[in-house]
Amino acid sequence: MTFLFYLPLILVYAVFAIYAERKIAAFIQDRLGPMEVGRYGLLQTVADLLKLLQKEDIIPAAADRFMFRVAPFLIFVSIFVGFSVLPVSASMAGSGASTGLYFLLAFVSLDVLGMLFAGWGSNNKYALYGAMRSVAQIVSYEIPLSLSVLSVIVLSQSLDLQEISFQQSIWSDQKSYLLGISALGEVSSWGGFFTWNIIRLPILVPVFVIYFIASLAESNRAPFDLAEAESELIGGFHTEYSGFRWALIMLAEYGMMLLVSILAAILFLGSWNSPLPNIGTVKLAEWTNGSIGTWTSYAWGSFWLLSKAFLLIFVQMWVRWTYPRLRVDQLMNLCWKYLTPAALLLLLLSAVWVLSWV
Amino acid sequence: MIHGEVSEFGIILLFLIGGIFFVAFGLLTARLIRPKRPNIEKLTTYESGEDPLGTAWSQFNTRFYIIALVFILFEVELVFLFPWATVYADQELMELTGGKWGMIALVEMVAFVIILALGLVYLWVKGFLNWERPMPTGKQYYSPIPKIAYSKFIKRRK
Repeated sequence: MTFLFYLPLILVYAVFAIYAERKIAAFIQDRLGPMEVGRYGLLQTVADLLKLLQKEDIIPAAADRFMFRVAPFLIFVSIFVGFSVLPVSASMAGSGASTGLYFLLAFVSLDVLGMLFAGWGSNNKYALYGAMRSVAQIVSYEIPLSLSVLSVIVLSQSLDLQEISFQQSIWSDQKSYLLGISALGEVSSWGGFFTWNIIRLPILVPVFVIYFIASLAESNRAPFDLAEAESELIGGFHTEYSGFRWALIMLAEYGMMLLVSILAAILFLGSWNSPLPNIGTVKLAEWTNGSIGTWTSYAWGSFWLLSKAFLLIFVQMWVRWTYPRLRVDQLMNLCWKYLTPAALLLLLLSAVWVLSWV
Repeated sequence: MIHGEVSEFGIILLFLIGGIFFVAFGLLTARLIRPKRPNIEKLTTYESGEDPLGTAWSQFNTRFYIIALVFILFEVELVFLFPWATVYADQELMELTGGKWGMIALVEMVAFVIILALGLVYLWVKGFLNWERPMPTGKQYYSPIPKIAYSKFIKRRK
């Protein structure tokens, strides 16, 4: 069951991602980062988590207690359910519901409701402003995000993420052409990165850029973190949260990073498929994918999927510590005046391109 | 992967229940080991160390109102685009209609999207997408010191 895979994964990942984030930040800013707890500060996050568990939980007297308590549930669970439709490897998939991807997008946007609950329930001006900004931002960026996802669906003709993964593998019966041009010949048997969606249909490269920008905004990461903006809003909608409730909100944020990165890897970067192609008799793609049903496919599949996702997460962190935060009017301009029209146009172009094959 | 009797949506439900249980279990554990010593100071709303003035539940700028409306329009559009995207280049339907299916589906959807895109253009031209920035009010301050004095001072410092 993927449930037993993803829940521990999120927890372990969050511990290491927070450590990695601090170390990467330190590296970029030419500092050392955490060094005290454990070797090279490796146990720093574990210590932080233990501290958070023991912290007193404060619910302000002026807050709406019901909303304040429900919000972390909504925020965490809506993101966690998003993981249910993700595959892990060729022989290990989550829910095979045929509306999988659509369901994922729909459910993850419930997260907004949790943020609104948290912001309104806290009865704190910072929290309320943070929540309003968050909602406006996430809701707006959902449009370019969904449009860029649609450009992939136009190619794959399926909403089932496992099927989308199989289409990019060497076991696919769908035809793939070199760089998406049918005159250049078929490369379905080559496998490797030649059958990744982003190479099969090169117009998906700008689509991927739009997806990446929108996913940064969706997970409230810098340069789109003006909803939490530590320096102006003290943390945005979770200003009043402390202890384990705060930890849950943080966990959900890191979970969201992981979710959008895995989704990006599945939709654009060949899912659990190896990037190495078959060259003549050197069957690199077959060797590095394992055979379906055996433990080799579990190992290789999860290895490739997670390494692609972690690479994207590394880029997210890199972006965070490199670019300054956007202003709220720039944020809305970028979404409505650039990304949305561009995504609409790219959707049309990819639809025409796919149609030219048949 | 064999799921036994669990249906595909059952797995999603499993994640839902599992997530809720995880959160509940975590909160329970935290409740057992954390201290609980509230006092009035701790329970006041945080406002950078000041005593909070009034409640946050007041009227505020509904600048996001238009954005919410536009969002609903586009979201509805997306709801229609998703099923379209899964069938528009469908092999069987293509063969049944002699290859016309894809073209018809594409043209129909382009017409649909253009109508909505026109809406976006309308909003753009009308300026609803522009962020209203509050203009600073108040008198311009005229300094008795001429500006050239500053540049002279800076030059001297160099």
